[in-house]
Amino acid sequence: MPSLDTLYSATLSGFETAHGGFVQVALAVSAFLFVVGAVGVFVRRNVITVMMCVELMLNAVNLAFVAFSRAHGTIDGQILVFFVFTVAAAEAAVGLAIVIALQRNREDLDVDSFNLMKG
Amino acid sequence: MEMLLSPANKELGIDALIALVKVAVIFNALLLVFSLMTYVERRVLAFMQFRRGPNRVGWFGILQPAADGIKLFFKEEVMPEGAHKLLFFAAPVVALITAYVALAVVPYGGPLVLPFYGQVSVFGRPLDIQIANLDVGVLFIFAITALGVYGIVFAGYASNNKYALIGGLRSSAQMFSYELALGMSWVSVIMAAGSFRLTDIVATTAAWGIWPWMILQSPAFIIYMIAACAEVNRTPFDLPESETELVAGFHTEYSSMKFALLQMAEYINMITVCALASNMFLGGWLSPLPFIPNSPLWFFAKMLFLLFVFIWLRATVPRFRYDQLMDFGWKRLIPIAALWVVLFSGMTAFFGEKKAPPSTVATSTSPAAGQVSR
Amino acid sequence: MILDVILFYGAAIVALASGLFVVSQRSPINSAFSLIVTMCSLAVMFAMLGSAFIAVLQVVVYAGAIMVLFLFVIMLLNAKQEEGERAGGIGRAAIALGIILAIQSVVVVWKGAANLPANYRETTSADVARGLFASPRFLYAFEATSILILSAMVGAIVVARKEKDTGK
Repeated sequence: MPSLDTLYSATLSGFETAHGGFVQVALAVSAFLFVVGAVGVFVRRNVITVMMCVELMLNAVNLAFVAFSRAHGTIDGQILVFFVFTVAAAEAAVGLAIVIALQRNREDLDVDSFNLMKG
Repeated sequence: MEMLLSPANKELGIDALIALVKVAVIFNALLLVFSLMTYVERRVLAFMQFRRGPNRVGWFGILQPAADGIKLFFKEEVMPEGAHKLLFFAAPVVALITAYVALAVVPYGGPLVLPFYGQVSVFGRPLDIQIANLDVGVLFIFAITALGVYGIVFAGYASNNKYALIGGLRSSAQMFSYELALGMSWVSVIMAAGSFRLTDIVATTAAWGIWPWMILQSPAFIIYMIAACAEVNRTPFDLPESETELVAGFHTEYSSMKFALLQMAEYINMITVCALASNMFLGGWLSPLPFIPNSPLWFFAKMLFLLFVFIWLRATVPRFRYDQLMDFGWKRLIPIAALWVVLFSGMTAFFGEKKAPPSTVATSTSPAAGQVSR
Repeated sequence: MILDVILFYGAAIVALASGLFVVSQRSPINSAFSLIVTMCSLAVMFAMLGSAFIAVLQVVVYAGAIMVLFLFVIMLLNAKQEEGERAGGIGRAAIALGIILAIQSVVVVWKGAANLPANYRETTSADVARGLFASPRFLYAFEATSILILSAMVGAIVVARKEKDTGK
């Protein structure tokens, strides 16, 4: 019969392992979400949905950055996420402005119909 | 089973129990404040407009909120034709949950000190009237109130009604326009405190002295109050629900308890912004008068005064036109807020910083909060 | 402790499910709703990974600003239309390739991540600020983002502005 203390330290180390699993699981989730977003960009036809899939990919990358930041015990990953935020905000603002202009001029949001440059 | 009863788990259990009791108490206290708020608002508005207001139910009409609640409870729930069912249901839930969650990090008057008793402690833990003392407290409130927009946007979209849709559109545009000014008005406070933690901000106020703090931060306070007024859709910024143009805006199609929940979310958001203002700009539970001790009552007095200011504004100021609203937000308020940030950082660089002494900052972190803030 | 574990895995499952919904829903508003859920659950994961500051910023920037913008545009354009299959079988090919790629990348990442160091450390908002400003390493990039945001703002206004009817 082990004492209470050893049992407790055993559970604690179990939790530590689970914490270690956090990074691994986070990276796996990140990879999966990135692929899902990438597939979405190819599969969907509505411009707005395509842009949302791009946002999903960016989010997956953020998760990977945070997970690596935790694994290495440095802050750099989190700072890179900060930069991803600003770029994503700029991208969404300009992209949605383009969507509004498209709707105004062509009254269509299907990505397949935008082929003016096709030559 | 034995390891579940280990000392550390027992500590965790006690922390969790205290947190749960705090949640229950604060939740119900807010319900009470909300219902009284509707009554007081109607009475004060009536007084300002030379009317009587509700005075039939109970003593001076004090039971009117209860009567309204019972009435709404027994009304029929109507789901409009062609509504987006999930979002129509989700809208009031999102609105109310975000409104309540934001209040979890507000300190309602710091450490609980009773007269003739001293610091109250439970199981050896000094008791704070605050559910979670987060490292990112102010930003957390900002994030959760930003999520609160969805309640209105979903309500507007899901109703399948053009007035509701226009109300939702207006409110989303209005809220993220004024969120910028709201965020900028916090910068000078956060810069002075060097922390997002709300208890640290009050500790900094104590180090500065409450009057110098209030006077120096007053431009930020004024910007905050204007932007907050727009954030919670109060007159003169209540365009999302302006009844003369949009019937009732985003909640046109809502009835019965769903309507009550939307109303509740609106009032609780008001309480949040007032509680935040009294902590950040007015010194929270610190006493502004000499010879009167600091007490949680001061916090409530400041908060209730700010709530009264909102009612007062509603009776006094006419509604903006939509283009005026956007004009004021983008061309006046945001530049002024940015200018104040530049001025304050210039002053900080020139006169030097005045931080709270480290001891007060260190003691403001309770052990229970450390668990939550991870 | 145990709460962290429950929250983390719960958020991970919700993120995976809602991420799939973003791609599989037919109408943009449902996709947007799913994406909001994904972002919030990712924020929970960030917090459980020990970076509460980034978690809160994730909610402020993504869920609070970017997705409101998306919803605003969807409502403004009333883009309710359901979309059909993409022509030429590109869609089905992409789905098939995507499934293979998903399995492959998850397996590779899982194996590779097993060898990562484990220097876990709680970080506060002050740590992030110090990392940004204490050394000039990120300082110029930070200043550059302000120019990026400004130019994006100007660009968005110019692109979306309604052409005035000047008799042309």
